[in-house]
Amino acid sequence: MVLLLIIPIVMIVRYSFYDNVIIHKNPQFVGFENYAKIFDNKTFSVAVKNTLIFVGGSVIVHLLIGMTFAMLLNTKYLSTKTKALFRVIFSLPWMFTASVIAILWKMLLDPHGVINYLLEVFHLSSSQVEWLASRDFALLSVTIINIWAGYPFYMVSILAGLQGISSDLYESSAIDGASAVQHFFRITIPQLKPILISLLMLDFVWTLQQFALIWMTTGGGPINSTEMLSTFIYKLGFSKYQYSQASASAVILLAVCSIVAIFYVRHQRGQE
Amino acid sequence: MYAIREGRNNMVGEKNGYIKVLVIILLMMGTLFSGFPILWMFLNSFKPNSEIFAWPPTWISKNFLVDAYAEIFKNPEKIRFFVNSYFIAFTVVILTLAISILAAYSFSRFKFRGKKVINTLIVSVQAVPPITLLIPYLSLIVTMKLYNTYGALILTYLLFTLPYAILMMTGYLNTLPKDLDEAVMMDGGSRFRALWTVLVPVSVPGLVSVGMYTFMQSWNEYLFALALTKTNEYRTVPVGISLLMGQHAYEWNQMMAMSVLGSLPVLLLFLFFQRYFIAGMTSGAVKH
Repeated sequence: MVLLLIIPIVMIVRYSFYDNVIIHKNPQFVGFENYAKIFDNKTFSVAVKNTLIFVGGSVIVHLLIGMTFAMLLNTKYLSTKTKALFRVIFSLPWMFTASVIAILWKMLLDPHGVINYLLEVFHLSSSQVEWLASRDFALLSVTIINIWAGYPFYMVSILAGLQGISSDLYESSAIDGASAVQHFFRITIPQLKPILISLLMLDFVWTLQQFALIWMTTGGGPINSTEMLSTFIYKLGFSKYQYSQASASAVILLAVCSIVAIFYVRHQRGQE
Repeated sequence: MYAIREGRNNMVGEKNGYIKVLVIILLMMGTLFSGFPILWMFLNSFKPNSEIFAWPPTWISKNFLVDAYAEIFKNPEKIRFFVNSYFIAFTVVILTLAISILAAYSFSRFKFRGKKVINTLIVSVQAVPPITLLIPYLSLIVTMKLYNTYGALILTYLLFTLPYAILMMTGYLNTLPKDLDEAVMMDGGSRFRALWTVLVPVSVPGLVSVGMYTFMQSWNEYLFALALTKTNEYRTVPVGISLLMGQHAYEWNQMMAMSVLGSLPVLLLFLFFQRYFIAGMTSGAVKH
C-alpha cells in the first residue's frame, strides 16, 4: 500500500528532470529545464493567479458560511427538532459528487436559467448573464459553485466544536457582564481555534487540487480565465502529451501541499 | 425599583425578539442557498426537456413526466454505470472493513511501533493532490495490467480509504477493555474467535462510520474513475454523468434524473445514519 503512494512520488520527481519521458524509451536528463519552461509559460502564471483567487475566496467564504450556519444551529432560540431539520438541509450540498454539482450548476447558471430569471425578477440585473461562458464572471461562478459544495464540512466540524465548549465558560463571563460579541471573540473563537486551523489547512490543500468541478463546468476556459494549476497539469499531460513539463508543474503543486501538510501534522501533534 | 426591572426585562425581551427575527431570516436564506439548487434538480427531472429553460420557469410541469427516468432504465449502457458503481463501492466497503478491523485489532492489542507511520500515511493521502500523481500512477496501473478493469479502481479506492479506516478503528478498539477478548481466550477460544464474537459486535457503530466514509469516497470519486477506465464497461456513475454532458448536451431532464438516481444512495445513508455519517466524515478535523 505504502509503495503505491511512494513509487509515484519518486517517479514524478524523476520525470520532472528528464525530457521526453513516457513517449520515448530513453529520456534525457535535462536538469531544471522543464521548470524553467514552466515558469516562462504565460498560462502557468495565469493558472497560479486564478488558483490563488479561487482558493482564497473559497476558504474565506467557507469559513464565514460554515461559522454562521454552525452558530445558527447551536442557538438557544430554536427547538432541538428545528435544529435537526435545518442541520440536514444545510448539509445537503455535501452529498453530491462533483459531476452532479457541475451539471446542476451549469443548468442553474445557464443564460436562460433560473438564477438569471430570479435576478431579473428582483431587478438586480436585466441582461442574461453568461455566468460560465464570459471571461468576467467565469472565475467568480466556479468559486461560488465550490463554496456551495464545500461549506457543510466546516459547518458540521465547527458545530461539533461549539457543542464541546463548556457552558460554564459562558456563564462565568456572563456574570462578569460580557456582551454577546465579547463572548464570541473571547470564548468561542479561542476555544474553536484548533478546529479552525485544521479546517483551514485541510481546505487549502483540497481546494488547491480541485479539478473535477472546474473541468466539468468550464474546462479552464473561456480563454484561460478559470485555468487552475490542476487543469493546467491535466491538459499538459493528457491532451498535449508534455509529460515532462506536466511532471514539473505537478512537483511544484506537490511541494506547496507538502509544506502545508507538515504544518498540519505539527498542529495535530500539538493538540495531543 | 420595580419599574427599572420591568424596563430592563422589556429591553431584554425586545432584544431577544430581534435576535429571533434575525435567526429566522438567516435560516430562510440558508435554506434557499443550500436547498434550492437540489430542489430544482429534482423538479427538473420530471419536466419535459423543452420546459427546463422556460421563461418564466415552471415549478411543477403541467406535463409531469417520468420519461427521463424510464429512458435511463431502458438504456443498458446507463444501467451499467450504476451496476459498476454499486459493485465497486460495495467491494471497497467490505474489503476496507475486513482489513481495517484486523489491522486495528493488532495495532490496539499488540505493542506496535507503526502507528506513527500510519498517521503520516494518512496525512500524506489527504495532502498529496491526486492530480499530481496521476501520470506515474497511470503507468503503474498499466504495468500491472490493471488498466480499464474493476481491479484498478478498487485498488485505488482502498489506497484512499484504508489508512483513515485503520486509524479510526484503532481508536475505537482502544476504548474497549482488553478483558473482553481475554475472557474468551481464557475459555479456550482463539484470538480470531475473540475478535469475531466479542469485539466485532460491540464495534458496530465504529464499523458503520467507517463504512459510510468508504462508501461515499468510492461512490463519488471522479478523477481516477475517469483516467483509469477506457470503455463504458467499467465506468462509474460520476464519469457516466460527465460523458452524458458531452454527448447529449441538450437532454437536461435525463441528466437531472441520472443525477437524482446517482445521488440517492449517499443521501439515504446520510438521512438514516446521520450521526455515524458525520462522525465518519469529520474525525479528521475534530479531535474527540
